[in-house]
Amino acid sequence: MTAHFLGDTAVLTGRTLRHVTRSLDTLITTAVTPIAIMLLFVYVFGGAIRTGTASYVDYMLPGILLITIASGISYTAFRLFTDMQSGIFERFQSMPIARSGVLWAHVLTSLAANAVSVAAVIGVALLMGFRSGAGAGAWLAVTGILVLFTLALTWIAVIPGLTAKSVDGAGAFSYPLVFLPFISSAFVPTGTMPGPVRAFARHQPVTSIVDTIRALLAQRPVGGGLWTALAWCAGILVVAYVLAGITYRRRIS
Amino acid sequence: MSNPPAAGRGQGPAIHVQGLEKSYKELRVLRGVDLEVERGCVFALLGSNGAGKTTVVRILSTLLKADAGTARINGFDVAAQAADVRASISLTGQFAAVDGILSGRENLVLVARLRHLKDPGGIADGLLRRFSLTEAGDRKATTYSGGMRRRLDIAMSLIGDPPVVFLDEPTTGLDPEARIEVWQAVKELAEGGTTVLLTTQHLDEAEQLADRIAILHQGRIVVEDTLDGLRRLLPPAEVEYVEKQPSLEEIFFAVVGADGRTPVDEEQR
Repeated sequence: MTAHFLGDTAVLTGRTLRHVTRSLDTLITTAVTPIAIMLLFVYVFGGAIRTGTASYVDYMLPGILLITIASGISYTAFRLFTDMQSGIFERFQSMPIARSGVLWAHVLTSLAANAVSVAAVIGVALLMGFRSGAGAGAWLAVTGILVLFTLALTWIAVIPGLTAKSVDGAGAFSYPLVFLPFISSAFVPTGTMPGPVRAFARHQPVTSIVDTIRALLAQRPVGGGLWTALAWCAGILVVAYVLAGITYRRRIS
Repeated sequence: MSNPPAAGRGQGPAIHVQGLEKSYKELRVLRGVDLEVERGCVFALLGSNGAGKTTVVRILSTLLKADAGTARINGFDVAAQAADVRASISLTGQFAAVDGILSGRENLVLVARLRHLKDPGGIADGLLRRFSLTEAGDRKATTYSGGMRRRLDIAMSLIGDPPVVFLDEPTTGLDPEARIEVWQAVKELAEGGTTVLLTTQHLDEAEQLADRIAILHQGRIVVEDTLDGLRRLLPPAEVEYVEKQPSLEEIFFAVVGADGRTPVDEEQR
């Protein structure tokens, strides 16, 4: 059956992509919240925040992009949950196809949908004055980190998608992920935070990822933070992938 | 759809089940189920809610592992040769497993592609015609009535002509007209030589469709025979004179008209 893996996954991805293109509101919803936060922070709070950089929108865009992805993956959990509920998941599993292709289709669709949302948010940021002199190499690195981050969060999303008992349950896991950037260096430098909060903020994954993307876009040296960021993304990805695999085998033997 | 059933057809009975056991924690759902279904037979598994019918179907369609016992479909072992089993079967679960966001036609094309068949579009059009869904073919499946969804569901199961088809409570939740439509579809399947295992809790459904009937009760098959054979289990019929009142179903069809087959355009409104 592995011979058909690519073909089957492509057909199934075509199906889930249609789910996205036929409910464009999910893409808009995904982009609207981060854009609103961006407007709020840049035009309301931003003036009072001392970041040491010339433009606040440049400073906070990396964190906004992570929020966009964190809210986008809740739709992956939702789509998977709907498949489980409707019985179509079991239909696929009882067919002579590459079984894991069903999950991979959702993961690839998540990448595509999040790419659109992230592009939309960057578009709005450009209108708000975001500028970067970063070259193709730096942008490629940023894209790579964001893809890795999306993959990691998507495999986390697969778990509630497979196990949730209700639609709300399928989406609820994403709230802490959306909130995490607020307790990081995404919006304000961690230096002004009280001790324990600062310790958490400095050592949680978002800070290293945000700092790395920010350095890449500002054409500053990324330093060792890049490896911390990559290690976090890869680590979360591996753990989530393994847990999702165990969950999947429990649901479908 | 007139192709012979899928190649790689094994020998012996279409379904052979021996000593199947399955427990969910403390609950012993199946306590040693034995079954044998001949090729081309419509076999009804009859039982009340919670008797374990769906568990049997899930094990036979490789969605669930049995705790003990063996099951062979089309000659292939469900545990050791799951891929071959999946190539031999088609499952129509308890709830119409159609993709509501896709149109009826897209649903059929999707399954035809996943079964690696040539001309998915042609197959889809043929099935839409056969199940009177041609006009509704380009509409999203969410807009379908319960009966239409079920027909689409069954149509999706027939793609690739699997030699064995499982229908798990195919008419649950359907109105009487839709139920008769589904019965018609099952009868056509049987005429084509497909082996059908259907579960139901409606006695009349088994009576209408099945060549052989097994009753699953408390995790075991308590009796298995033809309808006539089952009738012989009871004392011989006595002749009584009873004033025959029309059943509600007969009244329903007398009022609604026709033999339960509503004109297509009527239904799609």
